[in-house]
Amino acid sequence: MGIAIETSLDTSPLVIGGREFRSRLMVGTGKYKSNVEMSRAIEASGAEVVTVAVRRVDLNRANEEGILNHLDPDQFFLLANTAGCYNAEDAIRYARLARAAGFNEWVKLEVIGDQETLLPDTAGLLEATRTLAAEGFNVMAYTNDDLITALRLEDAGAVAVMPLASPIGSGLGMLNPYAIRTIKKRLTVPVIVDAGVGTASDACIVMEQGVDGILMNTGIAAADDPIRMATAMRLAVDAGRLAYLAGRMPRREVAVPSSPLTGMIGT
Amino acid sequence: MVNGAPRELERNSTIAGLLGSLDIDPRLVVVEHNRSILRDKGTYESLDLKDGDVVEIVHFVGGG
Repeated sequence: MGIAIETSLDTSPLVIGGREFRSRLMVGTGKYKSNVEMSRAIEASGAEVVTVAVRRVDLNRANEEGILNHLDPDQFFLLANTAGCYNAEDAIRYARLARAAGFNEWVKLEVIGDQETLLPDTAGLLEATRTLAAEGFNVMAYTNDDLITALRLEDAGAVAVMPLASPIGSGLGMLNPYAIRTIKKRLTVPVIVDAGVGTASDACIVMEQGVDGILMNTGIAAADDPIRMATAMRLAVDAGRLAYLAGRMPRREVAVPSSPLTGMIGT
Repeated sequence: MVNGAPRELERNSTIAGLLGSLDIDPRLVVVEHNRSILRDKGTYESLDLKDGDVVEIVHFVGGG
């Protein structure tokens, strides 16, 4: 099929923190109706990086199954997040707990500033990034689409900066393509758009801005058919990446004919 | 305190004993004892729990 050929036309692999990743699509594991559905959707997405959250074991539910019963750590790169943390101290604590699980020294760092919008607390985010980077973590920092914060996160030692397309779980798609393009142009570290992608066209448009990848969860998990949507997202990320590499035609506000103007009969 | 709730334990209880009594596989969890992460699982056997200790037992769950 053409997909494999098309993907091979993307000659630059995604490299973050010195590690090469095989897919530019990263996916979350939350909100699925069942673990079986989650496993199948992740497989369909082709993602290598899979995010997980750190939470208390529910002591009242005997034999409750953690996510590791449904995700093979040898097959996927487990990226722990600090979702739900509202200050640097908590985020650092969660990152350290995740590292102690023994899979890797990476963290998708979230320091949330507001419960309603889930927008990041950028001061706390910078503080936690500095601390964790100094401790040897590879920090992928979830942030808003503000260039200055993105630059400061890079300076603070983040191995990737993850601006939002729109708020977490909103499915609104990319609200500010200009801001995303500006961040991508100015940063040296990879830019992975995180949050807000609602359907395949959103993913495609995000990748057409030239960013290095996308992380999504709800866009797949909350679809009527998450497995189909995961497939659509995989194709859309590839399509958007290829379109970016191909270089789009200039926009014009007047028509330009595609067929020859000469050789018309009756002239 | 274990995961935010008071819990009575036998004298000379260890983390290993606590996990065992809760039917938790130590390989699938991370344990924090009085804000200190037990990275060396050997301490699960050696550390004696005392009155007023705060234990957090966490694991990975679905998230984005």
